Amino acid sequence: MKKKFTLFDVINYALLTALAVVTIYPLIYIVAASFSSVEHINLGDVWFYPKGFTTSAYGKVFEREGIWMAYLNSFFYMFVGTAVCLAVTICGAYPLSKKRLAGRRLINIFVVFTMWFSAGVVPTFLNFKSLGLLNSRFGYIIGFACAAYNFILLRTYFASIPESLEEAAMIDGASDFYIMTRIFVPLALPSLATIALFYAVDKWNGYLWAMILITDDTKLPLQVVLKKLIVDMSGKMDNVAFGVDTSNMYSEETVMYATMVFAILPMLVLYPFVQRYFVKGVMLGAVKG
Amino acid sequence: MSSRAKVGKQKNIGTNRSLMSRIIRDRQLYLILIPFLLYYIIFVYKPMGGILIAFKDYSVYKGIADSPWVGLKYFEQFFNGEYFVRLLRNTSLISLYTIIFSFPAPLILALLLNEVRHAKFKSAIQTCTYLPHFISAVVIAGLVTNFLAPSNGLINNIIRMFGGESIYFLTKPEYFRTIYILMNIWTEVGYGSIVYIAAISAIDMQLYEACEIDGGNRFTKMWHVTLPGILPTIVTLFIIAIGGFLNVGYEKIILLYQPATYETADIISTYVYRIGIEQANYSMSTAVNLFNSVIGFILVSMANYISNKVNDTGLW
Repeated sequence: MKKKFTLFDVINYALLTALAVVTIYPLIYIVAASFSSVEHINLGDVWFYPKGFTTSAYGKVFEREGIWMAYLNSFFYMFVGTAVCLAVTICGAYPLSKKRLAGRRLINIFVVFTMWFSAGVVPTFLNFKSLGLLNSRFGYIIGFACAAYNFILLRTYFASIPESLEEAAMIDGASDFYIMTRIFVPLALPSLATIALFYAVDKWNGYLWAMILITDDTKLPLQVVLKKLIVDMSGKMDNVAFGVDTSNMYSEETVMYATMVFAILPMLVLYPFVQRYFVKGVMLGAVKG
Repeated sequence: MSSRAKVGKQKNIGTNRSLMSRIIRDRQLYLILIPFLLYYIIFVYKPMGGILIAFKDYSVYKGIADSPWVGLKYFEQFFNGEYFVRLLRNTSLISLYTIIFSFPAPLILALLLNEVRHAKFKSAIQTCTYLPHFISAVVIAGLVTNFLAPSNGLINNIIRMFGGESIYFLTKPEYFRTIYILMNIWTEVGYGSIVYIAAISAIDMQLYEACEIDGGNRFTKMWHVTLPGILPTIVTLFIIAIGGFLNVGYEKIILLYQPATYETADIISTYVYRIGIEQANYSMSTAVNLFNSVIGFILVSMANYISNKVNDTGLW
């Protein structure tokens, strides 16, 4: 290949750089803003780095009632939720990856159908209600214990593991349960890591169903608390338009930025792993078509 | 197809096992399946029974079974209601703009990335552009709200810097769709490009070499090798996009819209959420959602059928 750097290259590199900057900039901005003083935010002169450096916004976040509880709740929902999801998904994907299983096609259709048709928000809500699982941590976890897409990814992976391994173990008298837990699950670890990350990101970022199902402040995940904060904020923003006194508002704004940083942090820590495995997961999905 | 089925049958006869003995042989596998099936039955299929309330006057006290039947009352109410046209228009327009603008964006990004020769530059761009996909809808909506704030939001700061008047974007119906589409491109363009990059990497290098020998430059290579190479992927994804035409997600919209922008922002799924969860009008909400789901399902089935014909690969 020729190494000449043409005009096209210049434009292409410039475009891509611009895109990357535009994509990343909002995140840089909220970090900068969260460490800036209220006056500078007010003036609107914070661009790339904090002005009037202060950590008072974070201090206020940590003082805020219920924020630690919400953070812990989010971690709880993420870890326990992911573990439950993985267990349930394995229980479905392993048996259904076996071609010899009678009724396999029917059950697969039964599951895949739900990707395109669901009961909808109200019947689902009423179902939780009739089961007595409203406002319940357990209900919120167990009620979303499998995603059909992840099930398909894992099933495809299990099916790609050579059958000869299973046959050899069977000749040695191993049971299906033993073969699954001791041979197939360890071999499927890369795929399990991918779907675990899919689940973890979903659980951490999810807010809608938590908002619908959970009414107790002490059980709410961080995203819902953050949502309330943002709605409060924009409510006050509306007041600006009507000329209502909002002297208190801007200090709230830095607090909101700090809470956002706080909410993104776990994803940023996970991101290097997430990026690698997600790309694999998407490609796996692409190959499957 | 038919010959394959025959072979399958012969095999079954060959192994000479009755259904019962196969079930007994695989009893442990069925046991393993139980938690998975229970989940689907209790939390996914059981609620589908609740769809019946679309045809009933649901009352919380009487429960689903004892509420009186009302036939198509709620469907009629919806079709004749003042919001029907608006909801259908808003949902179709957002879908249409998504297909026109959001759909090609990842493809263009993948093609541009494919022309980058420095591996490190390429992966840096990828790392940056994938990131927003992993940020929650709440934070994204918060960012958008803040950046568009009239008093000290970034966009208005820039507008003022150039001597313009600040605009309160989120209260103006005419801006809502643009904001929503741009936000979606921002969050999904990088992540969406992964599929195309994967497809491009599967193209045989020899085709590029052959094209080069024939005197092709990078544009002819892109046009005659890369694009045809990933055409099946593009067609499949396009058909899926068409199939999901009315299924616009509402997670982000309910965070951004407000009564002032309902005129352009209120779509079927946000309406279902609002009247169902916020106003507790359960039967009406379920009826509207059923209408949306049935149309969505028909569209997906059609898309899948076409995909199987054109592309030889379907969704199922």
